[in-house]
Amino acid sequence: MNAAVTDSTQISGKPARRQPVGLVFCCTILGAAAQILMKTGANHMTNPGLLGMATNLPLMCGYCLYGLSTLLLVLALKDGELSLLYPVIALTYVWVTVLSFLIFHDELNPWKLLGIVLIISGVAVLGKGGKR
Amino acid sequence: MKTPLSHMLLVLLAAFIGSFGGVFLKSGAGVVRDGLVYLFISREPPFFNWRLAAGVALFLLSSYFFVLGIRPPGELSVLYPMVSLGYIFTLLWSRIFFKEPLTRVKFLGLFLIVMGVVFVGLGSK
Repeated sequence: MNAAVTDSTQISGKPARRQPVGLVFCCTILGAAAQILMKTGANHMTNPGLLGMATNLPLMCGYCLYGLSTLLLVLALKDGELSLLYPVIALTYVWVTVLSFLIFHDELNPWKLLGIVLIISGVAVLGKGGKR
Repeated sequence: MKTPLSHMLLVLLAAFIGSFGGVFLKSGAGVVRDGLVYLFISREPPFFNWRLAAGVALFLLSSYFFVLGIRPPGELSVLYPMVSLGYIFTLLWSRIFFKEPLTRVKFLGLFLIVMGVVFVGLGSK
């Protein structure tokens, strides 16, 4: 019951800090949107050169969203533990799988669904563990 | 299994570099104190937050190797599980560089996530 003792001291010693996991949650949604935009941009790529990439609006929006998502990750890491937050980034797989199904009509099979459930439960476990 | 070993090594390298990107972002995040406008620069030393810059650069490098690795004939069902190895590296670096405690909750959460990524990969044939 050692864990219970350290937990209670942290509750009294530190202010409530649940935002880091929430911030990484937002970061994964932005990251997934970025990947979908980049895929859309890649599908419509006419000129694969540097100029073609720079004038590709969905691709560039994707890069901007990636930048924004990294920004949120930095804010989250400021207050949270790396070992707790880094694995939460795997939520991106969940959103990308669901969005690819909705937008590109990629196949959604039992394996992917099982994977999604496992990732979400893993993040839930980490989220609960990160609650102080 | 027709994924060449070279593609697996590229994705492993990407996961390895990415885990160090996280380490540099974490160490740089602690220095950010003047708000978002001053993310990379600061009014007091250290004026330039090179750790954050290094973290971003490592993430970019990691995504470059990742894209090289998942090109055909690389199969996501083989390569996705290797990405999740990056999370295990990160657990190690968090312990070594930031002395973060490795709790049972973290191991359980990480295990579920790694298995989840493996299954999403298996479904992506």
